[in-house]
Amino acid sequence: MSTALENLFEALKSQDRAALIGYIPSGFPSKEKCFEVIKAMVDGGVDAIEIGFPYSDPVMDGPIIQAAADISLKAGTGAADVFQTLAYATSLGVPAVVMTYWNPIERYGVAKFATELARNGGSGVITPDLTIEESTEWEQACAENGINRIYVVAPSTSEDRLPKVTSQCSGFVYAASLMGVTGTRTSVSSGAKDLVAKVRATTGTPVSVGLGVSTQNQAAEVAEYADGVIVGSAFIRLVLESADFATSLVEVRALAAELALGVRRKQA
Amino acid sequence: MSISTPQAEQILGHFGPFGGRFVPEALISALDELEAAHLSAQHDPAFQAQLMELHRSYTGRPSIVTEAARFAEHAGGVQILLKREDLNHTGSHKINNVLGQALLTKRMGKKRIIAETGAGQHGVASATAAALMGLECVVYMGEEDTKRQSLNVARMKLLGAEVIPVTQGSKTLKDAINEAMRDWVTNVETTHYLLGTVAGPHPFPTMVRDFHRIIGVEARAQVLELTGNLPDVVMACVGGGSNAIGIFHPFIDDADVRLIGLEAGGRGVETGLHAATITGGTKGVLHGTRSYVLQDANGQTIESHSISAGLDYPGVGPEHAYLHDIGRAEYRAITDDQAMAAFAIMCRTEGIIPAIETAHALAGAIQVGNELAQSGKKDSVILVNLSGRGDKDVQTAAEYFGIEL
Repeated sequence: MSTALENLFEALKSQDRAALIGYIPSGFPSKEKCFEVIKAMVDGGVDAIEIGFPYSDPVMDGPIIQAAADISLKAGTGAADVFQTLAYATSLGVPAVVMTYWNPIERYGVAKFATELARNGGSGVITPDLTIEESTEWEQACAENGINRIYVVAPSTSEDRLPKVTSQCSGFVYAASLMGVTGTRTSVSSGAKDLVAKVRATTGTPVSVGLGVSTQNQAAEVAEYADGVIVGSAFIRLVLESADFATSLVEVRALAAELALGVRRKQA
Repeated sequence: MSISTPQAEQILGHFGPFGGRFVPEALISALDELEAAHLSAQHDPAFQAQLMELHRSYTGRPSIVTEAARFAEHAGGVQILLKREDLNHTGSHKINNVLGQALLTKRMGKKRIIAETGAGQHGVASATAAALMGLECVVYMGEEDTKRQSLNVARMKLLGAEVIPVTQGSKTLKDAINEAMRDWVTNVETTHYLLGTVAGPHPFPTMVRDFHRIIGVEARAQVLELTGNLPDVVMACVGGGSNAIGIFHPFIDDADVRLIGLEAGGRGVETGLHAATITGGTKGVLHGTRSYVLQDANGQTIESHSISAGLDYPGVGPEHAYLHDIGRAEYRAITDDQAMAAFAIMCRTEGIIPAIETAHALAGAIQVGNELAQSGKKDSVILVNLSGRGDKDVQTAAEYFGIEL
């Protein structure tokens, strides 16, 4: 049986456009308000939601996501909150995945995490610091629960290694477009296009690009060659910097709408 | 003498269930490159000769062994031998690893090193090696630590390094490691991350151990020559565990030699305010390796506490976790107060001011010496790794003992 995420990519293929995936850490800016941000993203046109499990030592994340994770951790966000947020997102009719560093999964229990994720409607998990060499137990848990394993590949991933990683991915392959941590950038690295091409040579699984996308033009540019466009820091920054939360919801929805136009632009 | 004897390594840097690699994919090629450089250097006589010559003419190796007879009176009257890593250039064992990795950096054609530091010892050692070898050096240091250890910040700057205060998270060593990893992910093509302890992703735990094995290799021969026998006990303090693994490793196959690591018990393991990761932690993943970790029910890292900045780390090297689980080494927690009592005794009985890190090992020697004496084994020999000198700790010690500055 395919996951909701796999169904999304299959459906968008016939529309000839890329998916827009929005990221937010669970519990940010608070548990309930996180639900409202997700609602605003979906209302604006986000196709799938990526929910972060905030972690104390996020080495792949830049200052914006770190700040959001800190706020969430101070409020005591745990696995139960992540699963409730997941259930909420899927209740809006969009596929949802969790992004988490490995230790929270290991601490929760590998098999139990996969089971709870599936039970709450989740399609899969993005694991930015889990290497394929350490994945045996995780592979089995995901297979048993019918959920997607999404690994991150980087421009530095060697030609020998790339097919070994992408063959382990389902749902999509997460292409980290540049060497660096998360955050908004004025331009999306030209390396992204090359990386996506290299990934496509190894697998038929859809490829999504993350790291640095914040504007409609960037989304349109990435949508030309990728199957999914992931936006995180740009949404979070709106929530962090807005004068009041109600305003930020309007802004989040507006940004989502702009980005949604971006991923559709090549049809025009 | 070879500096290190590569042993048949466990697959992909695992020590039983511990070790491995839990890092962003972006770093894998750099870790592979480092592993290959380390392996080839281990088998390259020219590299080994170059490192040995640096140790002879720059570090001041071999470091001597000193018998501490007056100190031993406080340890049940057993024989106490001190391996004097405090007499190395820069004042601690850290230089062994730093010179090795700096040479590897040049071998890989990289021109920039980054390092993390807590108390500042590894940062100073890294800045020293960078100055010696003409490398650019950036040191990440928690903002809290830059305030507590301002003298070492000045030393690093004098040596030409850039010190970047880290304001994220708890603003201490663990956050400095996070920030160094982020720098490495971004600049991996030009930069080597000169990690200062036997933690982190493979090959760091193996490589850093190999560069510190010289401590145990020298000490084993020195004790044999001095006493005609191997020591009964080898002791060292354990934060990340680099000085301990360095002195333990050459004794691992000597089944009759007890290996005892002393962790920082802070205000007492039962208070939760400690850095005794093996004694009071649980299995988990931190900074790229699976080991024992101080963590909560959600897998979030818990802040550690110790009077010694160098032991104040919520993780521990994976090989120590393994030696603990298979029962080859014992680990005990020493409280701040026990460490400071041993610190004072060492100062006044031997005229040696030890690092507060090292004082934890000395407190362990007092405990174990008395246990041995009480069980009728007063003729035992305890070898203690005197891993560093205490000049950097004078302010902390003065505050602790109420000495006005």
